[in-house]
Amino acid sequence: MTMVETPAPRSLYTADARTKARNAAEKRFRIYGIAAVAIGLLALVVLLSSVLGSGLGAFRQSVLSLPITLDAKALDPKGHRDPAEMAKATTVTYGKLITKALEAVVIEKNLAPGMKSKQIGELISKEAPAGLRDMVLANPSLVGTTITYDVLASGRVDGFFKGRVTMESAALDSNISPEQLQLADKLRAEGMLKLAFNPGFLTNPDASELRPESAGLGVAILGSIYMMVIVLCLALPIGVAASIYLEEFAPKNRFTDLIEVNVANLAAVPSIVYGILGLAAFINFAGMPQSSPLVGALVLTLMTLPRIIIPTRAALNAVPPSIREAALGVGASKTQTIFHHVLPLAVPGILTGAIIGLAQALGETAPLLLIGMVAFVKDYPGAPPEGVLDPASAIPVQIYNWTQRADPAFVERASGAIIVLLVFLLVMNSLAVILRRKFERRW
Amino acid sequence: MTPGLLALIVLALACGGFFLGRFRALQMVGKDLRLLHSLPGYYGQTVALFTGVPALALMAVWLLVQPIVIETRISSMIPEADLPQGSSRDLVMADVRRIAYGLDTILARGAMSEASLSEMRADLSDIRSRMADVGVALGADVQPSVFEAAKAWRHTTGLARVGMTAATLAVALAGFGFATFRIRPEFRARNVSETFLRWLLIAASLVAIGTTIGIVLSLVFQTVHFFQLYPAQEFFFSLTWNPKFGGGSELSIWPLVWGTLYVSAIALAVAVPVGLFAAIYLAEYASKKVRGIAKPLLEVLAGIPTIVYGLFALITVGPLLRDWVAQPLGLGSSSSSVMTAGLVMGVMIIPFVSSLSDDIINAVPQSLRDGSFAMGATQSETVKQVILPAALPGIVGAILLAASRAIGETMIVVLGAGAAAKLSMNPFEAMTTVTVKIVSQLTGDTEFASPETLVAFALGLTLFVFTLVLNVLALVIVRKYREQYE
Repeated sequence: MTMVETPAPRSLYTADARTKARNAAEKRFRIYGIAAVAIGLLALVVLLSSVLGSGLGAFRQSVLSLPITLDAKALDPKGHRDPAEMAKATTVTYGKLITKALEAVVIEKNLAPGMKSKQIGELISKEAPAGLRDMVLANPSLVGTTITYDVLASGRVDGFFKGRVTMESAALDSNISPEQLQLADKLRAEGMLKLAFNPGFLTNPDASELRPESAGLGVAILGSIYMMVIVLCLALPIGVAASIYLEEFAPKNRFTDLIEVNVANLAAVPSIVYGILGLAAFINFAGMPQSSPLVGALVLTLMTLPRIIIPTRAALNAVPPSIREAALGVGASKTQTIFHHVLPLAVPGILTGAIIGLAQALGETAPLLLIGMVAFVKDYPGAPPEGVLDPASAIPVQIYNWTQRADPAFVERASGAIIVLLVFLLVMNSLAVILRRKFERRW
Repeated sequence: MTPGLLALIVLALACGGFFLGRFRALQMVGKDLRLLHSLPGYYGQTVALFTGVPALALMAVWLLVQPIVIETRISSMIPEADLPQGSSRDLVMADVRRIAYGLDTILARGAMSEASLSEMRADLSDIRSRMADVGVALGADVQPSVFEAAKAWRHTTGLARVGMTAATLAVALAGFGFATFRIRPEFRARNVSETFLRWLLIAASLVAIGTTIGIVLSLVFQTVHFFQLYPAQEFFFSLTWNPKFGGGSELSIWPLVWGTLYVSAIALAVAVPVGLFAAIYLAEYASKKVRGIAKPLLEVLAGIPTIVYGLFALITVGPLLRDWVAQPLGLGSSSSSVMTAGLVMGVMIIPFVSSLSDDIINAVPQSLRDGSFAMGATQSETVKQVILPAALPGIVGAILLAASRAIGETMIVVLGAGAAAKLSMNPFEAMTTVTVKIVSQLTGDTEFASPETLVAFALGLTLFVFTLVLNVLALVIVRKYREQYE
């Protein structure tokens, strides 16, 4: 038999090697945890700051304030001031007027000796004449007068002031030359060319590849709003009704178990699969129009339903049974108990869940790509109810669309659109938090 | 009558029915409520429900079925010989619809009367230029049979619309009359309307089942169609993905599956350690205040739309990795790569791992911790040797859910991973995934019946089955685990 060796007696105040190792392990473990949380938070900060950093520029745009003489001879040769007649003057005519106005300024101040009028005109956005034309047609009495009009500068000039375009890159660029940029710099020194707040970014429709300066989110925001309203009107009632049945009425049997597993699975099906469903069922089978907000909304409704059902069931479940028993005890029927007592108490929880589900639907991109919302849409959809069948875009799809274009100016637009999207989401989520804080009852 | 207006009329009828039913019930008993079986509102409710619900349901079904019926009838009007070379019946039918729409516009502008339209013939007048006037662009000159089909389409659609209006209104009025005449003081209005309501609730919960059936049917049908056009053994047993829209494509699933798994593996390699350690720290170490701030902030990561992560990968992470890692090491010069997409996706799924693991760690009974501490274990030893083993099944479930999320993720890989289908080990090379190819095959302007387009449905089915298995597995594990400590 061997004796169990007893360790030599030692003071508890001096840590032995093993204790030290254990304490060090403890410390290391804690540091791993802090590092993990820090990595997560750091990623959030980097993500948001990178997007904000590159997107804020989209809200400011270079504009030229020019005194433009609206030559009556060119715009309204007959002199009737009749918009229908004046519509014969195309944007080309207006473009010439704007170029002439800029040229006059350049020559008067001798900013670019020897530059041709065509090159001077290239500083101006190709979208600017259309804006001026719309304004004149809406107000024919302007013809013959000289007005000061803010003209969008071309995308390259705008990029120059935002640091995207440099003298070196301009030398290689067929759309702009370093001399033109020098002229733009001089115009800025004269105070005629400046970066101003750009409301057009929120209201304009999308613009073509070559005109990033006038591209805006108008159609996309409208399309997203249409879709969210339809999703809310469909998903909330259906979701709440389904939850009430599953939580309150459904007998425990195989069938209801099937529905339950189903709902849980649908919540985790990849969103792109819903896009395939929309393409196959709504567009190819039922013949609904492509890229319409209605189809988008139906797809998003199916996707959002399980995400509303799950929190709604939790909210119904959180209402204590004593409420139900009290109502039943004074003679209410089961339906009355639920609709008059349980449901009102669960409303804050249901609304919170619905808003969060809606916020997810608002940011969803992949299913909308498949149902054709990625198409280039320049016209605003009509007023509802018919307007929901017109082609439209949506904010996340518009962002994707812009990332696919060659001109780096569209990256700025895409990041700017993300800021708009995040503001929408922030508002919705804060609403959900406020609802929860204010009305949620703990039993 | 437009469907919107019709629905409004039916709703107005239902509203009127409510007040009429209520009024009638009250009138029958001379305002003596005691003589009624139910409260007067319930009599109104039965009338409203019987008026509105069947009529609106009929309308919805009609709107769904009508285009299909009309399509098949009209499409048989066009003889096989009139289909242009290389075109399909679907494309011609699209033309038919556009011509019909153009005719509507011409009529609406008053440029032509209904009578002269029916006399108009494609071989006598230039349809194409007249359509161009109203903004309908046609690719080729219009065949007489196609034009006749377009006229018939217009005519049938008009008739169908009248039919729908009549049928819907008839059903609404019938329901209205039926429910109104049933009102007697002893009529059990509450029971009837509650039963009706319960069926509505059941119908709502069947939408979930309907969605699943819809998904499965649309995927399976088109996949079968795909395998009729493209040999299955090529799809499963070859290694190249090279779609050509002229025909002769090679469509193997393996390069896509490899890309998907590679990206997901990198994402999980980022998200699992970070998420798990964050969950442990927040559940076991952090003070209440830190937890109250850090946990919601981490969950913000899950609330950010994936397109934002995609843009982040495209403009920030991709170029950064290319300039600082891939190019100095000579591993590639592409800014979209498996690594880019994987890292960004990893950040996105951190909260999926951390939130669920956090819940699960919190569900481990305190007595286990107390016992471990009483034995002299340090906190980290308790976590490693007691809590984690106890929580392991739940954590595995959380990781499986995160994996299913990563596999089904689309926008990050579309913008971050690239489009080239490759079987390569180099993480700095651009590769592509199942979801990317679903998007690219279905968003191009291609004929819908070609194998290059239909392959997207086969890919979708693969994706659906894959994620379904992961989800069910995760659900079962988590559910079992929850029961263990309840």
